[in-house]
Amino acid sequence: MLNIVNKSPLERNALQSCIETGTGGAILLIEDGVYAVARGNSFEPTLKAAMGKFKVYALAPDLEARGIADRVMDGVTAVDYGGFVDLVAEYKSSQSWL
Amino acid sequence: MSDIKKFMFVNRKAPYGTIYALESLEVVLIAAAFEQDVSLAFMDDGVYQIKKGHQTKGIEVKGFEKTYGALEDYDVTKLYVDAESLAARGLTADDLTVPVEVMSRAELGKMMEEQDVLLSF
Repeated sequence: MLNIVNKSPLERNALQSCIETGTGGAILLIEDGVYAVARGNSFEPTLKAAMGKFKVYALAPDLEARGIADRVMDGVTAVDYGGFVDLVAEYKSSQSWL
Repeated sequence: MSDIKKFMFVNRKAPYGTIYALESLEVVLIAAAFEQDVSLAFMDDGVYQIKKGHQTKGIEVKGFEKTYGALEDYDVTKLYVDAESLAARGLTADDLTVPVEVMSRAELGKMMEEQDVLLSF
């Protein structure tokens, strides 16, 4: 499954619930969700640990808008809008954790 | 009797994901135009509003990083940032687009206590 998260992990628990509930597949972080992949944030250890279970992607235009494209943590793949579409096509289902 | 009041704008939301940050700036500029004693506080995800280097072309949204830099022209120079919120996001004052005063939550609380009007975004 492709899990799509658009909330900051330091403001809402959407990503936390996604990580705890999901059984694997991928997590695509978009909008304020991209703050999860910024190096040095306090959610980093949780996301790092989840990388064993999920592939982690972040939407590049959202990283750029927020000035954090140059501080993406290792193990995260940045994708553009075309890559977003490819991910949706690649997985059997997708779930948005709003 | 003075008709100047102390207005503090408390910003706790990240930019772009919601409209709060932009709306706060609009009201800040209005308060400044009325020559009020304006200050801005940034805490929680609000500190991301003043993170340097916004490039919003890709999301096709108007960027407003430059507006924070222009606040000085409106004599809005009191920008306070919660140290704990910065640290939790791996940021330091050097990562911010404007000069600010970084302070503890306790100090920020005292500043809030001194205000006549608090507007929360």
